[in-house]
Order: sequence, then structure tokens, then C-alpha cells
Amino acid sequence: MNSLFYGLWPVCRKEFTHIVRDPGTLFFALLIPLLQLFLFGFAVDTNVRQIPTVVLDESHTQQSRQLLESFAASDTFRLALTVQSNPDMYSAMRSGKARVAIKIPYDYARNLQSGATATVLVLIDGSDSSVAGQAVNASSGVALEQSLNRILGSAQLPIEVRPSVLYNPATRSANFFVPGLLAVLLQMMIILLIALSLVRERERGTLEQLTMTPVAPLGLMVGKMIPYGVLGFCELCLILIIMRIVFQVPIHGNVFLLLCMSLPFLLTVLGIGLFISTKARTQAEAFQLSMGTVLPSVFLSGYIFLIDTMPPFFRAVSRIIPATYYIQILRGIILRGAGFTDLWLNAAVLTLMGCITVLLAARQFVTQRGH
Amino acid sequence: MTPVITADHLTIRFGDFTAVNDVSFEINKGELFGFLGPNGSGKTTIIKALCGLITPTEGTGTILGMDIHQHAADIKRHVGYMSQKFGLYEDLTVSENLGFYSGVYGITGARATQRIQEIVALTGLAPYLNRRVSALSGGWKQRLALGCAIIHSPEVVFLDEPTAGIDPVARRSLWDLFFLLSAQGVTFFVTTHYMDEAERCGRVGYIYMSKLVALGTITELQNLPEANPPGTSRVEIETPDTSTVLATLRKQPGVREATIFGRSIHSLVDSTRIDTLRAQFPQAKIQPIVPSLEDVFVTLTYQIMDAAK
Repeated sequence: MNSLFYGLWPVCRKEFTHIVRDPGTLFFALLIPLLQLFLFGFAVDTNVRQIPTVVLDESHTQQSRQLLESFAASDTFRLALTVQSNPDMYSAMRSGKARVAIKIPYDYARNLQSGATATVLVLIDGSDSSVAGQAVNASSGVALEQSLNRILGSAQLPIEVRPSVLYNPATRSANFFVPGLLAVLLQMMIILLIALSLVRERERGTLEQLTMTPVAPLGLMVGKMIPYGVLGFCELCLILIIMRIVFQVPIHGNVFLLLCMSLPFLLTVLGIGLFISTKARTQAEAFQLSMGTVLPSVFLSGYIFLIDTMPPFFRAVSRIIPATYYIQILRGIILRGAGFTDLWLNAAVLTLMGCITVLLAARQFVTQRGH
Repeated sequence: MTPVITADHLTIRFGDFTAVNDVSFEINKGELFGFLGPNGSGKTTIIKALCGLITPTEGTGTILGMDIHQHAADIKRHVGYMSQKFGLYEDLTVSENLGFYSGVYGITGARATQRIQEIVALTGLAPYLNRRVSALSGGWKQRLALGCAIIHSPEVVFLDEPTAGIDPVARRSLWDLFFLLSAQGVTFFVTTHYMDEAERCGRVGYIYMSKLVALGTITELQNLPEANPPGTSRVEIETPDTSTVLATLRKQPGVREATIFGRSIHSLVDSTRIDTLRAQFPQAKIQPIVPSLEDVFVTLTYQIMDAAK
């Protein structure tokens, strides 16, 4: 046991000295993820509101104005532009000035009064899928509400669905996105720091010197993982504090459990960083490889897109992405107040992944050191 | 005397490439053994194999009686290594580097303090203890690198081109340290490009194209039959216009090698031709000499290149 991890503490202490010796790097390593947290945390809002809308009202009646008012009142649409002709309406859509166009035909009021179905044309810009989905729903909603009002008058609705959103009642985007963002930022920072630290040693020749000493591969690797793991843990706490105070995301579950279940994820990303460092010969290569891990963990981890709707192949891919499991843990504890029994499997998978990546990195290191 | 380092028909192949081809030698305790050869000839590979980092394809070796196949981990505790890359942490101070390497070798507490003091006394690094390595000159970095390499009092030290790129004064004072330690019984295995460094070594090995082509003391090498083929003589030609003489000399029959050596020309010629040459270059002073180490290696290299054709 002792010989398997030989040299762990001297390496660990030396690595802490490196970190403390260079406060500039430390500062930026901690600060840049926080800046990104602010940037993306405030910018990302999937609740589509105030879609710029162009209006072509050929009817010019009280009824048509009433319909437009109810569109405006929905908060989904903002009647930004009024045009007088079809070409103008299409041009506003094409140029992107408006994402939605509402055309009320000249016979709208007449049809309405005669009891025939009055049609309203709603054009939706499909080049932005989240806008399109929301706009279709909202416009149907407006039409339905208007129709019901006309039919029922003051009578009561026969059926009413009362949807109640659990865990994130206001469907605030921050609640959904910030925990996922935490996983991505933490991963990016740790992989990069530890990979660069080992590749730097390779570039400067100190790694060659270390291979000539009795330091065991696992001693070297774990000795490097501890300081960067501690750094990552501090960053995690900082992000959680900012998430709670600045983004007002309540943590429904046990914070202590959250911190404990973050350790397997830290282990895994440290292992990935080490593995990258055995593949990269220069710091530039290490940087590129580290950045290559970011996009899959953004798009295939369930951070943005629901895993259940992915094609089977990508569902399988998402299962080998560590962030997938950590985002489950984060959302589970933070939003749903889930406990250990709900989430232990995620933590177990991460622990297994962590051990495998570290061992792979150590094996890679042993086969390379002679060259 | 039992040898401290042995290589026994060591062969190392990387795929199709043979990096080390059937190399054997023995080095005794306290020897300062010089290992010469061009870049890529296999010097570093041999060191790595002897330290247990590369498993030889064929053959074996021992360090202090320990087999390199079986005792790689033990060997590292008894062996020091220093390369031209220094292996120092530039952002740490001198004493932090020494402290790190002593920790890495399992030396802690009072023993570490004492050992670091000894190293500082030996290398004269006392004024720079709290200075960062990045602020040291090349010569001091090298002394510190040596100090780190011998912090665990190894019996065997491998030096891989230890003086590449430092000034002559620093180079000499580093060699003084090697001699000092060698006199205390430490065995040195030094690779180098410099002939003058090789000449300071007790024994020298010359590796070319992955093969050990010569091995022995300086005098033994100078008197190698291969370096002095029968019927030839090594001569020094002293003449004021060395370059013009060299050009004509090289075209003469019976002149096997000729090269400028300072203000004279060293040449390997057929013995029967010496008198003809004296007549041809009346103003030059031509006299037989013992070959320099460089002459020996050049002659050996030409022979191998000819044999390869």
C-alpha cells in the first residue's frame, strides 16, 4: 500500500507550494468560472417572453383590436410593428425584426358575427425552436380563450386543468440552469488545471527526473489530485454560495450530502485531466483536449437537452459522460430535495468512473515513461 | 573488485528500430566512466534501461548486484540521475527543491535537515537558499541539480550530458565536484559530447549506431589496433597555411583521413607515403603522433560507415 502510493505527500506539498507561489494563476483559476457563472446564469432564460411580433390588421374593427389586445396581454408577444401589406409583413419576418406575424383578414369581424369560423393567420419563425414552440402554444391559447369567452359568456368552464409545477414552481430558468452550469464550470476548471500541471512537468523535464526517483505512478497522480481537488472543492462552495445568494436558487436538499456527493465527480474529472495529460505532449495540446470535453458535457449530459428525447445512440453516449450523473445529483438535491437513497447510484457510477480513469492514466504513464 | 554497474548483451528494440544493439560493459566502484556517442546513438536509452524504466528486449544488467529486471524499484533508491534538463522546479526556491527531492527519496525530519546542509556545503549554494531557481545562472542550476540528484547519498550516479550549454568555468567546477564524489567511492556514469570531458574520465565507452564500438582507458583506446591500422601512421602536419595544405593533402593517394586540429593537421596516412609527403610539402613539419581520442573515434566511425556500405 505504502509503496503503491510512494511519494504522495512530498508531491502533494510541492504542488500546494506551486499554487500558492503563483497567486495570479490561482486568482484567475477561481475567478474565471465565477465570471462565466454570472455571464451565463443571467443570460440563459428559456422562458420565452416578449417575442417581437408584427401585426397586419386588415379588419380594422373593434373585434380585431380586442383580439390583438389579448395577444399583447399574454406577455408572450410584444406587438412591435404594424404593417399594411402582405409583402411588408413577410419582409419583417425575413429580416428578423419580428419572430411572429399576426394577420387578421378583412372578413374577420363579419365571420365572427355571422357565426362562421373566423380565421386568423399566425406566422411563426421556425429558425429558433424554443420561440416557435412557445409561440404556437401561446397563440392557440389566446384563440381558445377568446372562443370560450364568446361561447360561454359568463357561464362556468365545464373542465379546468390545474397544472402545478413541482420543485421549480415559478419555472425559473436559473433554478434549472445554474446547477448544470456548476457541473460544467467545475469540470472545465479542474481538468484544465491538473492536465496543465502534469504536462508542464513533462515539458520542463521534471517529469523525467521524477521517473528516475522512487515516486510511484499512483503516488505522483494522487499527490497531484489532492491539491487540485481541494481547489475544485473551494470553487464548488463559492459557486453554491453565489447560486444561493445572487441567483436566489433555494437548496431544498441536504447541503452536506450535496458536498459529499460532489467528491466522486471531482475524482472523475481529476482522473480525466490526468488521462489527458498522458496523451498531450505540450500545454497547447492539453488545453485543446481539455476544451474538447466541454461541448459533450454541455449538450449530451441533459444540461440543456432532455436525455430521454435523444436518439438511442446519443442516450448511450450520455451515459458515459460524468456530467450526466453529477447534474442528476445537483438537480436532485438542489431542486427536488432528493436524498441519498434516490441518488446513490449516480454517485456510485461516478466513483467507479473516477477509479477507472485514474488507473488508466497511471497505466498510460507507466508505459510512456521509458520514452 | 565486484563491478557496480554491468550490462550483459543488452539489446533494446522499439518496433523495428534497434536503439541498443548487444552492448556489454562492467563499471567498478568509484570509477568515472565516460560514455560518448552522437545524438540518438542510444546513450539515454541505456541509462533508462539500467534504471529499470525500459525493459530490455534481450540481455540483462545489474546495478550494485541488483538485477534490472527484478529490482527496478530498489535500484532507484540507490541511484542518482541528472540530465541536461536539470529537473528543477523553477518557481520553487533552492531549499524547496532540495526539500522536495529529499522527501521523494523518503528522507524526512532531522535526517533531511542534516543531509540538505551537507549538500549545501558541498555545492556552495548557501547564499542562494531562498532564491527561486528561475533567478539562478546555468552553472548554479547545474550544481543544484547535482545536489538534488545525490540528496539520498546514492552509490551510483548517472549524468546525462550534465554540462551541455554552460560556461567553461562552471563546467570545470562541476567536474571538480564529480572528482570529489568519485574519490569518496561514488560511481559515475557520464554521457557527453565533449572530448575534453571524455579525456577526464578513467575509462571511456564509444557508442555508434546503437553499438558499443570501443571501450577502455584513454591509453588503451589510443593504442587500439582498429584506430591504428597496420601499415598506417598518424601524423601531425605543422604548416602556416593549413587550409590550402589540407585541400591538396586530401587528394593524395594513401591519405586516409585528414582534419584540421588547431594550427596543425592530423592525418592518417600509409606509412610508406610519409617521405613522399615530406618532399611534397617542404615547408611543413611532419611528425608521427599518438592519436587523440577524437582521432580514434573518427577512425572507428569511418570504418563502421565503410563496412555498412
